[in-house]
Amino acid sequence: MITESGSRTGPLAGLVVVELASELGAFGGKLLADLGADVVLVEPPGGHPSREIGPLAGGVHESSELRERSLWWWHYNTSKQGVVLDLNDVVGADAFRSLVGDADIVLEAEQRARLGELGLDHSDLRDLAPRVVWVSVTPYGRDRPESDLPYTDLTMMAGAGPVWNCGYDDPHLPPVRPSDDQALQMAGVAAVTGALAAIVHRGRDGIGQHIDVSVFDAVNVLTESGTFVWNVAGQTVRRQTGRHAAVQPTMQTQVLASDENWVTTGFPPRKRHELENLIGWMRELGLDEEFEEFFFLEMGVERGGVRSAEIPDDVVATNIFGASRDAMTLLASRLGAYEFFRGAQDHGIAVGLIYRPDQVLDDPHLVARGFPVEVAHDLVDTSVVYPGAPYRFTLTPWSVSRAPHLGEHQSRLGGT
Amino acid sequence: MSTNATEHQGALNGIRVCDFCGQLAGAGATRTLAALGAQVIRIEDPTNDGSWDILRGAPPFVDERRGPELGGAFNNHNVGKLGVSIDLRDERGRDVVRQLIAVSDVVTENFAAGVLARHGFSYDDLVAIKSDIVYVSNCGFGHTGPYRDYRTWGPIVQACSGLTATSGLPDQPPAGWGYSYMDHMGAGMMSVAILAALVHRDETGEGQWVDMSCVEAGAALLGPDLLNVTVNDERSAIPGTFDSNRSRRRVMAPHGIYSANGDDEWVAIACRDDADWQALGDAVGEPLSTDERFRRADDRVVLQDDLDAEVSAWTRDRNQHAVVAELTRRGVPCSIVARPRDRIDEHPATFERGLFPVVDHPEMGKVRVDGLPMHLDRTDWSIDAPAPLLGQHNDSVLGDVLGMTASEIGTLRSDGVIG
Repeated sequence: MITESGSRTGPLAGLVVVELASELGAFGGKLLADLGADVVLVEPPGGHPSREIGPLAGGVHESSELRERSLWWWHYNTSKQGVVLDLNDVVGADAFRSLVGDADIVLEAEQRARLGELGLDHSDLRDLAPRVVWVSVTPYGRDRPESDLPYTDLTMMAGAGPVWNCGYDDPHLPPVRPSDDQALQMAGVAAVTGALAAIVHRGRDGIGQHIDVSVFDAVNVLTESGTFVWNVAGQTVRRQTGRHAAVQPTMQTQVLASDENWVTTGFPPRKRHELENLIGWMRELGLDEEFEEFFFLEMGVERGGVRSAEIPDDVVATNIFGASRDAMTLLASRLGAYEFFRGAQDHGIAVGLIYRPDQVLDDPHLVARGFPVEVAHDLVDTSVVYPGAPYRFTLTPWSVSRAPHLGEHQSRLGGT
Repeated sequence: MSTNATEHQGALNGIRVCDFCGQLAGAGATRTLAALGAQVIRIEDPTNDGSWDILRGAPPFVDERRGPELGGAFNNHNVGKLGVSIDLRDERGRDVVRQLIAVSDVVTENFAAGVLARHGFSYDDLVAIKSDIVYVSNCGFGHTGPYRDYRTWGPIVQACSGLTATSGLPDQPPAGWGYSYMDHMGAGMMSVAILAALVHRDETGEGQWVDMSCVEAGAALLGPDLLNVTVNDERSAIPGTFDSNRSRRRVMAPHGIYSANGDDEWVAIACRDDADWQALGDAVGEPLSTDERFRRADDRVVLQDDLDAEVSAWTRDRNQHAVVAELTRRGVPCSIVARPRDRIDEHPATFERGLFPVVDHPEMGKVRVDGLPMHLDRTDWSIDAPAPLLGQHNDSVLGDVLGMTASEIGTLRSDGVIG
């Protein structure tokens, strides 16, 4: 396991970011901070409300306050430094201006009119800080009245596309929103993409700019086939159980393995070498005798595999394809999920196992790669294991340290 | 340069990407760079009609025609790129690629681990060609570890990273995503990795290799859920025992997706607090609004099955837009479950922000494609060129970028080294 290092080594070391604490901006700030940027997180007096989002950490020292215990806060604000400022008063506003004057990037997700009313918006501070790249994240964009309407992750994911695609074959079951605040994470990726592109550009001409990120737009352009099937063919996809929403129904792909964990079989083997591997695997397990369609698999090898385009018009090809799918389903139901996953992949057949979050961090591959990372904490007696690097920078490693306590780095403000 | 179909005053003008990416998890990253002004030169294999990328020639299609220049997803994922087709099995083809890398800032790929190295372009090979090259690889499990040779695509990545199991309804299997979310988010994280590596290179002159595993990028999107396991030693909920439409971490109820009047029409409603609940109650009226069982937020969470039945009874016979209008007026977060038409054609924000630009493809005609979800006020993104035809820019890239003569290019073509 990789242990957190004290000094910032990431590719963005040297970049200074001022972030106004928010739900919509937090993930973008985390991405920058874990990549080595010096992120100063500005909270209002008393702390930002997102310090109360559950789940809360149990087992923390008794003296620690409730607002230090949000695991949401712990995760989304890693590697940042925390200060408290009241932008509504003169001293706080001046301190904010001073921070912005020294910053490379400002990241905020305030109500779209608020900073202008305080005289602290990007246009107000452009003369003071012409080099700053200023990123605003709002629900629908700075220019859109919809940004003032109430929303949650659920309503955003419903309105911007994902929910329509997710759910079950049974049309009477409601469509489904996947978990874990994905909308704000999509927006965070967009915010950082824009910010870093603008930093690259500033390297050419020395001038910053304003970037207006819309959460709705970020989700709306990340819905893959639901979007391009509509844009290209004018057709509307329909949700299906655990697989791609589609215009024409497709076959089931999820199977409950013998240990009650789920697997996804994906596309059944259909190329010649895949069918050969499948045959070999079934023989190794002694399943060839009892699988009644086994001869179809052998027939598939003899004819050099089957192509998707041959189905359903070519009856033999269709039978071979069906046998291949049935074979994968049989294997999955006879083996534990992990055994099925390793066995299939070791035989060159691409399948997946459906991990719960509590299984992910124990996966031998992720452990071998050092994905679970220990982070030192002062509110608990041991270090805490966090999800690790989403990308491996071989020269300037990604790293992570714990989120700041309220006002922990107030000395960053100099005189105040 | 006349070769650059993407040339506009973008933030990444002057950046050249030698791009081996395909599908969406890779191609989606470099399309973003192209929209932001980078010159992205996509390498393809001239053999088998370019089926190196299976999306060439794959549905959806604009009409009944089929072929390698008619794949709708391919066009969407490769807008604004230049396309060259070079046979990497031929030493002269590899030499053309070496020349291209020598004048590039970035090399990108999302093959299975080891494939590009076997073609003669390992990271060490790349550094020998261009010492400060930024090389970003993106595959399911990354280039090290016991699963490095395993193959994946979006649904497998989502399954193995925990993103599938966290989506679903009670007494049902995992619902998953219904599309390749991690192809998009993998591409997004890959863009971030490329740009961060470029920032570092611009600052220090140092290139590097970034090894991205899409499964790790996916697992990193479950942060608080994972911390709940490691900090609180809680087991994660088993698929089929929870409703991911509900608010699992914050005290919000009702919080769900409810049937509206009409075929497959639904509304999402979320009450964040007592004020939202009061407002919803005012809309629904008695007896729900005065039902003592639901007065306290904690009780509403506990009694959510009963509560959802009451809310459904109200929405069921109402038009989804009418429900949304009524609740929006009262300040309650709500939305229709938007079909593609609703969010692409009929939402005013989509149109006014130019979210789905149109490109004119020589074979497919005018087609709408995904735009970028942000606007930069000095150097905004722009998408005005379609995906390249197979080998469309062979002459211009080899001629204008690499300085080859027409007769040199002609020889490579007649020998089958380029398409």
